Amino acid sequence: MARVKRHRVLPGFGLTCGYTLTYLGLIVLIPLATLFLKTSSLTWSQFWTTVTSERALFAYKLTIGASFLAALVNSVFGLIVAWALVRYRFPGRAILDALVDLPFALPTAVAGISLCALYAPGGWLGGILQKAGVQAAYAPLGVVIAMVFVSLPFVVRTVQPVLADLDQEVEEASASLGARRWQTLRRVVFPSVLPSLLTGLALAFGRSLGEFGSIVFISGNMPGRTEIASLLILTRLEEFDYAGATAIAVVMLGLSFGMIFVINVLQSWSRRGAV
Amino acid sequence: MAGAAGQFGGTNKAGGRVGTRDPLWMRWSLTIVAVGFLALMLVLPLVIVFATAFSKGWAGFAAAIAESESWSAIKLTLLAAAVSVPLNIVFGVAAAWAISKFEFRGKDLLITVIDLPFSVSPIIAGMLFVLLFGAQGWLGPWLAARDIKIIFAVPGIVLATVFVTVPFVARELIPLMQSQGREEEEAALSLGASGWQAFFRVTIPNIKWGLIYGVILCNARALGEFGAVSVVSGHIQGVTNTMPLQIEILYNEYKFVPAFAMASLLVLMALLTLVVKHGIEWRAARSHAQIVDETVGAAATA
Repeated sequence: MARVKRHRVLPGFGLTCGYTLTYLGLIVLIPLATLFLKTSSLTWSQFWTTVTSERALFAYKLTIGASFLAALVNSVFGLIVAWALVRYRFPGRAILDALVDLPFALPTAVAGISLCALYAPGGWLGGILQKAGVQAAYAPLGVVIAMVFVSLPFVVRTVQPVLADLDQEVEEASASLGARRWQTLRRVVFPSVLPSLLTGLALAFGRSLGEFGSIVFISGNMPGRTEIASLLILTRLEEFDYAGATAIAVVMLGLSFGMIFVINVLQSWSRRGAV
Repeated sequence: MAGAAGQFGGTNKAGGRVGTRDPLWMRWSLTIVAVGFLALMLVLPLVIVFATAFSKGWAGFAAAIAESESWSAIKLTLLAAAVSVPLNIVFGVAAAWAISKFEFRGKDLLITVIDLPFSVSPIIAGMLFVLLFGAQGWLGPWLAARDIKIIFAVPGIVLATVFVTVPFVARELIPLMQSQGREEEEAALSLGASGWQAFFRVTIPNIKWGLIYGVILCNARALGEFGAVSVVSGHIQGVTNTMPLQIEILYNEYKFVPAFAMASLLVLMALLTLVVKHGIEWRAARSHAQIVDETVGAAATA
């Protein structure tokens, strides 16, 4: 009790805490509660039929599969980018380092139209791919490309500080004990980076799951081929099928909240690793 | 330690000691892969925006921006940001004050709730407000009877923007203020300052850079939000179209030059955001280095 009193020397607890709770309640919690109330107006069998319809199942599969692929691509390249940015010096390094955050700052619609223009048949990159017999835009590959773009910063930015803080004496010790450089990287560096790499992967995956703006242009939005879950929700809303939209939204929201839990576990693991 | 480093041949330019240096072929190939990946994924999309926006010269660019629908989209976007950014600044500062200066139960839960809008897909965020205020929503009939329009109108766009930008300022300030503790404010109070004086003279100068950091990220998201706004807007040209929505319409009508001209304005905003963000980080790193230098210097003289 004495401890609490001492902490309450500063004023403003009632004001700031009350304001925070009221604001969150009005802007975040009441709207979210509406979603679950709306779902409860469906019977269980209605809910189940909606969320397991063939079109919805395809949309989850595409969204989850493409998000995972994009997160994997970003894990591999993000690790290389983080390593190069931390360990090597080359011209333009500082600018590239700053540019890594671009997907956080660039509006998704802008990313969407420029990726679509680049990869469309006849576009700068789309033309090249077409000659190689690969269709990127208006195909599932386009969805993956857009997700790689929006989730690019996560792995780089979670791995980078860990690499920068890595004690190089351990690497030196490993080298002086006769380990080849490759063995040192694999046995010494990689294990200490792994928790942050997995955290970055999970963050990237979670970001891609809900992505909409950068994907709608390049994907072409064909049901059963390139239609992601977010778009299916929007389509249902525009048909005024609010119950259908809500049911699919609850599934996706459940997935996102599950990812929060996974990310929390991974983060506490990487913090433990740091100590 | 100096002796050991000397034994291994000292440090190279990259800061890595010889025992920790990658072979030349590896440095070259990894650098090429990293630069190539970033150029392909980040630089090329920016280049195509400007290349298309100016493909018909300055005149084409200016004509595209000067269209009345483009102008009203720009104004609406600025309005949405002008409402949501200040609201979330006040919220962020209040939440960070409560969380960092006091101990109470459920703090972790509160932090999780603040972060929730980041985990809600933008489409779902927009949908929440349709379910609440739309024609078939909970408050729809009540609002219709009083002739108040929220969905497919400007208030809906502002609300959706506020929702998606809730966490930005708070999540920058909370860890910062937690690390600063409460001693400085307590000292100010014991010297006779009022609570507000302590806040404005002590807290605000301490958190100013973190606050600016949060504000520019919040602003970038407010100006660029697409999914959530798209659901509540109804796409009425000249009335409820924000810049990203106008870009979508222009692009889908194959009006590429005007679409990319609008997009180039948002790209400039994004690049400016990165410049400010990096400037703040550079400043923080420098002052940190200064503190370390001073501590080391003091330790040496002691």
